[in-house]
Formats: sequence, C-alpha cells, structure tokens
Amino acid sequence: MDLDRTARTEALRAEARAWLRDHVPARPLPSLETEEGFAAHRRWEAELYGGGWSVVSWPREHGGRGADLFGWLAFEEEYWAAGAPGRVSQNGISLLAPTLLAHGTAGQRARVLEPMASGEVIWAQAWSEPEAGSDLAALRSRAVRTEGGWLLSGQKTWSSRAAFADRAFGIFRTDPGAAKPHQGLTYLMFGLRDPGVTVRPIGRLDGKPAFAEIFLDEVFVPDEDVIGEPGQGWRIAMSATGDERGLTLRSPGRFLAAADRLRALWRDVGDPADTALRDRVADAVIGARAYQLFTAASAARFAAGATLGPESSLNKVFWSDYDIGLHETALDLLGPDAELADTAWAEGYVFALAGPVYAGTNEIQRDIIAERLLGLPRGRR
Amino acid sequence: MGFLLTDEQREFGRSLDALLTAAGTPAVLRAWAAGDHGPGRALWGRLADAGVFALAVPEAYGGVGPLPVEAAVACVELGRHAVPGPVAETLAAVALLAGAGWPVAEEWLPRIASGTAVVSLALEGYGPYALDADAADAVFTVTGDELRLAPGPGELSASADPARRLFRPEPGGAPVAKGPAIRAAARAAGDAATFATAALALGCGEELLRATVAYVKQRTQFGVPVGSFQAVKHRLADTLLGLEFARPLVFGAAVKLAEATPETGAGTGAGGGPTGAGTGTAGGPPEAGTGAGGGPTGVGPGPAVAAAKVAAGEAGYAAARTALQAHGAIGYTEELDLAWWLRRGPPLRDAWGTPSACRARVLAG
Repeated sequence: MDLDRTARTEALRAEARAWLRDHVPARPLPSLETEEGFAAHRRWEAELYGGGWSVVSWPREHGGRGADLFGWLAFEEEYWAAGAPGRVSQNGISLLAPTLLAHGTAGQRARVLEPMASGEVIWAQAWSEPEAGSDLAALRSRAVRTEGGWLLSGQKTWSSRAAFADRAFGIFRTDPGAAKPHQGLTYLMFGLRDPGVTVRPIGRLDGKPAFAEIFLDEVFVPDEDVIGEPGQGWRIAMSATGDERGLTLRSPGRFLAAADRLRALWRDVGDPADTALRDRVADAVIGARAYQLFTAASAARFAAGATLGPESSLNKVFWSDYDIGLHETALDLLGPDAELADTAWAEGYVFALAGPVYAGTNEIQRDIIAERLLGLPRGRR
Repeated sequence: MGFLLTDEQREFGRSLDALLTAAGTPAVLRAWAAGDHGPGRALWGRLADAGVFALAVPEAYGGVGPLPVEAAVACVELGRHAVPGPVAETLAAVALLAGAGWPVAEEWLPRIASGTAVVSLALEGYGPYALDADAADAVFTVTGDELRLAPGPGELSASADPARRLFRPEPGGAPVAKGPAIRAAARAAGDAATFATAALALGCGEELLRATVAYVKQRTQFGVPVGSFQAVKHRLADTLLGLEFARPLVFGAAVKLAEATPETGAGTGAGGGPTGAGTGTAGGPPEAGTGAGGGPTGVGPGPAVAAAKVAAGEAGYAAARTALQAHGAIGYTEELDLAWWLRRGPPLRDAWGTPSACRARVLAG
C-alpha cells in the first residue's frame, strides 16, 4: 500500500502547474451563473482547450490527453489549487461525454466532443420534470416517431445554465405502452434554440439565473442525435451515473483547495480562543484529506478492474454535505461580512446548498447505501 | 501498487478475524473484566504467534517491523473483536523502547515480539492512566527525558468499559534510560498509541454496524423488519459513511508512518548516526522506530495520525450510538454481548488524544 505517484502522473502535474501559473486569470471571472460570466467562462474554456487542458482524460483524437484517472486527479488538484475558474462545460464533460464514449456512434463522437471540449458548444442536462424529480422514471416528456427522427414535446426543469447554454441532452418517453416506467425511454440530444424550444430562466436563491425550465413543442430531433437504441435510454443514462462518474463529478482537488483557503482565512481572522470554530476548520481539513484518500483507494480499485457501483453514493453524500459544512464554517469566520452577497465564499455557499439535492438527492443516495451496500430490505420511501 | 492493501495484507486481516472469531472474545472479556487474565493472555499468545506484535518490532530486536500498514490491519481486527488488553499501549511501548535503545530495548522488545511480554505505559500529555497495568509484565512511564519502569501497577480505577482496567502507576522507579532521545521516543510512542487506537476504533465501529444491520433485518415491528424503515436505514447509511471515510485516513496515516520510518529502521548498526536514538551506546541500537517527527517530506506523521484518530474515533463512537438506538431497550442492557462493543466506543474516542486535542494537532501541522 502506498501513495506513490507514477512519473507519468507527476509529469502531467508539473506541466499543468506551469501552464496554469501563466494562464489563470489574475482576477476572478464574473459569476458563471450570469450572462456576462457565462460568456467569460466560455472564453476560458477555449483558452484551456488551446492549451490542451480542457478534457485531460479524453482520448487524444477528441482533444484530450488520454490521461488515466490518476492523471486526472493530479490535474484537478493543480487546477483548483491555482484558483482557476469554475467549469461551465462541466455537465457536458462529466455526463454526456462519458455516455457518448460508451454508447455513442463514431459520427456522434466526432460531431459533439471536440466542440464541447473547446467551449464552442456548451451543454445543459434535461433530466428532471415538474412531476419527475427523485422519481426520474416517472418522466412524461415524450418523443414521437416522425420521418427521419423524433418530435419532442413536454417540459423539463432545473436544467443548469440552460438559459445560456447551446444544446441539451436527456431522456424522453418513446413507448408510452411499456410495461414499466423505466422502459420505453430514449436518450437524445437537441438544440436549445431549435424551433419549438422555449427556455425560461429560473432565479436561484441568490437571484442568479443558474437554471431554467425548458418547454418543448414538437421539436424535431434527427435520428443521428439519438444515443444508443431507442427504448434503452434508462440503462444508458444510469450507466453514466454510477462507476467512474461517481469519482469524477467532484474532484478531491476542489475540496483540498477550498480547505486550504479556509485554513488561511482561519489564520487571518480566526479567534484562537474560539476552539469550537477551530475544530470545524480542522474538520474541513480532515474531510478534504479523507475524500482525497477515499478517492485514491477507489481509483486504485477501479484501475485494478473493479466496478464501483453503489460506492459512488457514499462519495456523493460525503462531498455534498462536506461542501456545505466547509462554507458554513467560512461564513461564521467572516462574521458580519458573511452576509455580503458577492464574496467568493457567499457564492460558494449558495452553490454548495444545491449539492445534496441534485445528481440524486442525498435521501435517495442513503436509500441506495442502505439497500445495496448494507443489504437492508427495500421499504416504502 | 497504489492505495490498496495487498492480497497478503488482506489475507493477514482475514486470518486474524478467523482466529478471533473461533476464539470467541466475549468469554475472554468477561474473565478479563473480573481480573482473570488467563484466557486473555492465552489469546495474546496466539496473536503474537500470528505475528501481530512482531510486525511492530524492528528486526534487530527479534521482530519484522516496523510495518505500520500491517499494524493497522491487525488493530482493525483486534478492535472488531474487542480484544482485551493494552494493545495500543504495547504497540506504543515498542516505539518508545526502540527509540530509547539499548539496553532496555534489548530486554523488552524481543519478549514483546514473541508475546511473552505484555506492556503498558503512561505518557505525559495523555492522562495519568496505564491501561491494564495489572496484566502487564512491565509498566513504563516517561517524565521529561527520563524513562522509568514503574515499581508496581498502582491502584485500580474502574472504567466505564469493565474490560479496560485503568491504573495510576506507582510513582518512582529507577530510570532505565535518559536523554533527549527519550523525548523524541515518547512523541513517537504517543503517535503510535494514537494511530493504534484509531484503528481499534474503526474495527470496533465496523463490528457495531455489522451487528446492528443483522439485528434490524430480523427484528420486526408493525409486521416488517425495522431495517426497512427509512429513518433506520439513513442512520445506518450515515454510520457506514463515517466509517468508510475514516478508513482511508487510518491507512493514510499508516503510509505516513511508514514513510517517516528510516529505510534502515529495522536494520543494523544505524546507531550513532545523526538521528541515532537511545543512549548513544555503541553496538548498534536502531533508529527510532516510527520516526520521531520529520520524515523525508519534512512533515512528521503527527497531523495525519491525529486526523485518523478524529475520524475513526468519531465514527466508532457514532456507530455505538447508532447501535444502541437501533437495538432499542435491549441495547441498553448487559444482556447482549454487544455491550462489550457499545462500552468501548466512547473510551476509544477519547483515549490517546481527544477529538479536540487531535483537531488542534491537525491545524498545527
């Protein structure tokens, strides 16, 4: 058992560090949840891509570096330690791209991946519906067969950054007569400015239009934008939500950097006599390290050929609760200034608040942990 | 290799688990709590035969260590079975004596490795008690830069865990080693005790969770297993979460301790070198076993050990609380063997570094 890094990983780390030192904007970009900030972050994605850093784990043919999981983890540590901007293309990169790499056609990969990597096309996810949140399989939006493709109708909601994004991906009901709710669904891609699409931004708690609802009225999707076989949408979508994605949704590097900033804040403004607050700062440092090591163990198992499956639920509950605790501690350290809306900590806090809700609520994740890791009987939710 | 146990390390853990399952620790614990150390010492002998203590002791003193990862594997299993006796204290004494060097190391370490000596100790900064001193063949104390052999175990104070017997060692006793190396050795011993206690707490918590999951699957109320209720499930899920995120910190600390151990730590004739420990006597006492602060990376293992202790101590304690709650009234009794584990969670959380002391140490590092 060791934590040694390979020469390949360390070479990637050193190269990333040098590039980031020269390119990370000196001042933070405006919030990526605003139109102005979204545009600035899109430009940053292009700059990252120009340096070869936007999608390090992708195959080289699609604009990546073919880095393994350990290389990706090292890159992420450097990225967040350098104070680099949030990733506006995150949803496409971490959700759609792995799905295309596993289930897409060569044509789809050629068409979609590179513009995603460069920030030219930014993707939003379209999963939830007004009546289908945690119970995603209850979704009603439908795709009806037409010549050469499908016609989408219905409503999607809580679609992150859909107000500014270019295209979206999601699952739609193509066989209303299927025996079970998660059968007869199809995974497909569409343009957010296509005819029949209406996007209505929704202000999140701090008023920023961070997500939107999407109304679809007979929106045409050509067959070439269906991922996998029609009717297999649920299986395809779920395959991208377990396993490696459990590891890559939130990297430890992000939290290690945040814990370092918190520790620095504690040194700057903390009252040494306030041991209760000191203990919470320590817990943030400990938690970041725990998450880093937990991920190192998962990555090693994954590299050795193991599947991770329901372990990713442990991962998700941990980081989402952790992220809130860390930001609450920072705000308590700031005292009266905690209330200010436009600090990095305040923005991070609002962002963190959504963590236990999206990507499968933590209640659903705890059900999965209890039933699939502990073997407890299924019961009523 | 990466951050994974090797097949051999996993097999070592499984073999200890099987040995302890077959031995049946509850009867041993009952005897131990009543002051009958016979069955407990016999069990320690079998653990020694399996290599549990030799893996901490340097080769020069008849051991095969120090091997912190294997030590953690062993302590998790000993914690899982609530093995009675001064486990963390004996492992800490190995670090202390190895750092003190010849002749006290020569006298005791081979006996610890072979299982013929059980040792307890009290260190400044960690409270006055030497655990299970009446069962120990030697009780060491450190004051400043003096290492002493206590003249007697001292007086018994009852612990909330009847199988943990606390003693204030009789004061005095002749110094058996002296000098600045003793301070460093005591620091290493403190880290070793904290580290071992973290691993014991992790194992204790894992057993509490296992027993509780088994219980809520078979206990029915309202016509269904209570484990099908979401409130119960989520509490158990959180208990697993705490343990699963403590585990990598325990093994991460093991890796740090291994890094902090000089390559020649188990080797020959390193005494007299710049980090040579002990009394400076020629003849080759090895260097301080667990790296008395300052490995190759410049940061000692202390903060990593403290982080592991916070997480594992809290997770083990939370598992005890969950186990009690999910068992209901029967969990609040001595009727179940579970009581031995339930009563161990709280002391393991506080022994060898309270959560708050360890958190301070994490930030100081």
